[in-house]
Amino acid sequence: MAYSDKVLDHYNNPRNVGNLDKKDPNVGTGLVGAPECGDVMKLQIKVNPETGVIEDAKFKTFGCGSAIASSSLATEMLKGKTVDEALQIKNTLIVNELSLPPVKIHCSVLAEDAIKAAITDYKAKSATPATAQTA
Amino acid sequence: MLKFPIYLDNHATTPMDPRVLEAMMPYFLDSFGNAASRNHSFGWVAEEAVEKARKQLADVIGANSKEIVFTSGATESNNLAIKGVAEMYAQKGNHIITAATEHKAVLDTCKRLEKHGARVTYLPVQTNGLIDLDQLREAITDKTILVSIMYGNNEIGTIQDIPAIGKICKEKGILLHTDATQAVGKVPVNVISDNIDLLSFTAHKMYGPKGVGALYVRRKSPRVQLTAQMDGGGHERGMRSGTLNVPGIVGFGAAAALCQKEMAEESARHAFLRDKLKDKLMAELDETYINGTMEHRLPHNLNISFAYVEGESLLMGINDIAVSSGSACTSATLEPSYVLKALGAGDDLAHSSIRFGIGRFTTEEEVDYTAAKVIDVVRKLRELSPLYDMVKEGIDLSKVEWSAH
Ligand SMILES: Cc1ncc(COP(=O)(O)O)c(C=O)c1O
Ligand code: FES
Repeated sequence: MAYSDKVLDHYNNPRNVGNLDKKDPNVGTGLVGAPECGDVMKLQIKVNPETGVIEDAKFKTFGCGSAIASSSLATEMLKGKTVDEALQIKNTLIVNELSLPPVKIHCSVLAEDAIKAAITDYKAKSATPATAQTA
Repeated sequence: MLKFPIYLDNHATTPMDPRVLEAMMPYFLDSFGNAASRNHSFGWVAEEAVEKARKQLADVIGANSKEIVFTSGATESNNLAIKGVAEMYAQKGNHIITAATEHKAVLDTCKRLEKHGARVTYLPVQTNGLIDLDQLREAITDKTILVSIMYGNNEIGTIQDIPAIGKICKEKGILLHTDATQAVGKVPVNVISDNIDLLSFTAHKMYGPKGVGALYVRRKSPRVQLTAQMDGGGHERGMRSGTLNVPGIVGFGAAAALCQKEMAEESARHAFLRDKLKDKLMAELDETYINGTMEHRLPHNLNISFAYVEGESLLMGINDIAVSSGSACTSATLEPSYVLKALGAGDDLAHSSIRFGIGRFTTEEEVDYTAAKVIDVVRKLRELSPLYDMVKEGIDLSKVEWSAH
């Protein structure tokens, strides 16, 4: 299969690889997928409790190049967004941005799931409702 | 000097040997005759070339020329052998035994026969990739007419104990078919000492052209009969109608003769390169597992899983090297390799597997480059892998509650 230039770029220079401290109350962690399915994504966000803005995002992905690119792109999209804005990120946005072919759509779905899982985790941990500050 | 991309996918197909092409050339232009034309020299020249090739093919498997039936490839040979026997021996029984790790050309042929009333046993394999001979014995019933077990596996290179399987079949009066596509020309195969009744092989895995194969059909003790699956002019003693692909057949014969002549030297060279690749990878990378036994294995095959790294992402990182993976992400069906699944090692290792196939034109320099590149990319991808992190933290991945989708 031929990969789009954008997928190749994220694969070769993945953005925001790494870990945030999952014990930090301002950090939300999402872990989705399963090793038997061939894809596991871990996506973490660090939210400013005052503003509800995502200040940092990190990922680690076990999966195909498109899955790696989807999660790398997701971390870029997340930074600077409020938690509520982040909840609006749809997998189709990732599909379009990376020009993913139909067989790779589920990799972008996984990235959307990872975003949602990270936010759910943050909300569960955080006493501050993250909705208040939305512009 | 290295030339890119490097080809290490010799189980998918092999490049043509230039000597094979040379042997074929006259039969495209000057000697274009139909081998079935009996009344002029064009036909005689073509027929003579076909008979020479038939002898070369018979020689490489220890058969007699009259026992070789030309086909379009191993897919057709497998179909003809299995369907042909099922139809011819329907009075005797309707039970066929095969294995879970066979090529689709065998498995799907069996599935089709099941729709028409045949009963098929798909033997499991052990973790080493080999069938258990006691299970084979137990599977045999008085309705069993055919056992079809491949010689060398196209993914994991494991070599089944065909002589022993053949002996069991002989004792029970059951025919043995073997798909020897990956084995002929690479390791010694002999239809007499291996007790084989039907054998499929193909030119394009032996440095010959694509689109030509053969089926060996035993003529003596026992004399195997087949119901033809292609109706027409009655070529190939009625077993396979259709004008013979003379240049292809000439190439197939030449390819077989070269393999036979160079086998001892070539297989030693392949095993040396394969082992060098394996040793380098295993020395530099932890959590790396070989799929299938190394003990009974084609000399040019290496199938290896790099745990916590997904196969397609690895292929992407080594895109100047042509290999294949058992990962679901590389398959159209998004299912991991059924061969690796059959080994029972867990789907996650199938997703992480790479198949390397050394060939006649593979150089040591290419192997060294490949080893270094794979090591580099696996390390990079493990940096990206949440699973590798978790394992390093001491988490047991099998105990995690995954959100499977
Ligand atoms: C074990 C095995 N059997 C059968 C085949 C099919 O051979 P052909 O391409 O000649 O039909 C292959 C090759 O893909 C193979 O590896
Ligand atoms: S993770 Fe399997 S296709 Fe993307």
